[in-house]
Amino acid sequence: MTMTKATKKTRSQHIKMKPSAIVTKVIEYVVLILGAIFTLLPFLYMILSSLKTYQELNAIPPVFFPSIPQWSNYVEAWNSAPFARYFLNTVIVACCTTVGVLITSTLSAFAFSRLNFPGKNLVFSIFMATLMIPGEMLIITNYQTVSNLGWIDSYASMIVPYISSVFYIYLLSQFFEQVPNELYLAAKVDKCSDFKFMTKIMVPMNKSCLASIAILNFISSWNAFLWPLLVTNDPNMRVLSIGLVRFQTESGADYQLTMAASCMLVMPVVILFLILRKYVLEGVAFSGVKG
Amino acid sequence: MKDYSSPIYTVRRKLRPFKGFLYLLPSIIVLCVFTIYPLIKTFIMSFMEDYNLVNGTYTAINLENYKELFSDATFLAALKNTGIYVIFVVPISVVLSLIIAVFINDVVRGKALFQTLYFLPYVTSVIAIGLVWRWMFNSNYGLINSILNLFGIESIGWLNETKYAMPALIIFSIWKSLAFNILIFLSGLQTIPQDIYRAARVDSTPKMRVFFKLTVPQMRPIIVYAFMMGFISAFKVYNEVYSLFGGTRAGPANSAITVVYYIYTKFYNSYRYGLASAAAVVLFVIIFVFTMIERYVTRDRDKVKSK
Repeated sequence: MTMTKATKKTRSQHIKMKPSAIVTKVIEYVVLILGAIFTLLPFLYMILSSLKTYQELNAIPPVFFPSIPQWSNYVEAWNSAPFARYFLNTVIVACCTTVGVLITSTLSAFAFSRLNFPGKNLVFSIFMATLMIPGEMLIITNYQTVSNLGWIDSYASMIVPYISSVFYIYLLSQFFEQVPNELYLAAKVDKCSDFKFMTKIMVPMNKSCLASIAILNFISSWNAFLWPLLVTNDPNMRVLSIGLVRFQTESGADYQLTMAASCMLVMPVVILFLILRKYVLEGVAFSGVKG
Repeated sequence: MKDYSSPIYTVRRKLRPFKGFLYLLPSIIVLCVFTIYPLIKTFIMSFMEDYNLVNGTYTAINLENYKELFSDATFLAALKNTGIYVIFVVPISVVLSLIIAVFINDVVRGKALFQTLYFLPYVTSVIAIGLVWRWMFNSNYGLINSILNLFGIESIGWLNETKYAMPALIIFSIWKSLAFNILIFLSGLQTIPQDIYRAARVDSTPKMRVFFKLTVPQMRPIIVYAFMMGFISAFKVYNEVYSLFGGTRAGPANSAITVVYYIYTKFYNSYRYGLASAAAVVLFVIIFVFTMIERYVTRDRDKVKSK
């Protein structure tokens, strides 16, 4: 026992001392740091540009750092377009779709993983088949549907089509399947209804998966662009991403203000991601591992 | 005592098998109205000549839209651009991500930090960060040209010369797509059994050899998955083009037009519903093919796993 421990130690020390191993480590860190700089550069550039004066931003050759951070750019950007309204709209749409997705995914995943009903496999196959339909090809007809319903320039048009997501149903039913069936049978013996079993046992047991779904859905709803662009004309109904591009076309010359506005769109999500990192990474990684 | 012979219990018992549908009802409604119905409708519209979305009239059912589509230079350019995009963005992104993922997995310090940093572009609004890239690519004041100038390379009109519009889009897209690939590769690397690496370490096999002989074959299904997802998302590119070129056009002389951009313009700006639908069907067919390939490979992997 002690012998093997000792040999292990000498071996690892031996590897550590090898010059080629040190070179490899140095190369790895250099590549990773260069890659991280490449990844972070646009973020850094956005923040720095948002704090520059017009002259600094348009200087030749470009200056990288603002001499005095112009925090007033944020105030000016915020006041030159109804950004408060855009924020409110974005939050309403993102929260409502997220709540909707959580409810419909829980119900559907429970049905697929615990209930038996005729045609279950067929329905499941149809659900899964819709995963390969690109949402972008459906915009023409969906636009027609939404305008027939009189939903143009309403929250409903941005929320209702997105309150059910097959991918999240699939993800959640994978987690529901892992809950031992004995629990379900025991609950049945105790005359616990299906609905109660779902809300009292399944949901609390899969909290972290539901958290992943909530945060991922919130982020994608926050960043949505093409569909809100189609269904909103009224400036009061714009979400942040639409407000931002409209603001950019209107105040194109003052790019430092556009950068400040971009920051306002990016930063909330970045902060949310940093806080709930674990759930975001687990949720996205699942798609890679499960295909 | 409850009376189980009363009619209400008979009805309940008979309906019990359909309870599952009750739970599925919200999803089924949304899916039917906003996915399945529009899919069918788009197929039908693509065969209608001069279809009018407002009053539902059309002149004939034929293949005119498809004929026009495949003789439209703009659509062919969109397909060509997507082809170029796929050839450059996907392999470069996959190779870079794989190297970065292997390195992150290998280093001792800063693993979580690197993982977090590299993932940031995934959660970031393409529209907002696209506006940043737009300024970075600016031919006079942009960061990229001033870096090139440092190395003695003359300024490039990234966003206003037709031949540089696609390279600009490609650089931006590689930046954007690394995040997802790195994450799935990292989680894939963690599923590789560690004993095979230990064996290689005992034999002090060179790291490059370990990478090509052990890591790559073990990661093959995930690499294929990353390629297929890259292909699929390449065909759906829209936001990147919109924000990089300011939304009024897809680059100088539409030189960076994509399939979705084409659909959107034909539908929303020129009211050519039939033509836009035909383009949407082409998009569907392409993505269907790639999904089938991906499914085939995944099925292969599941078989291996269950053995």
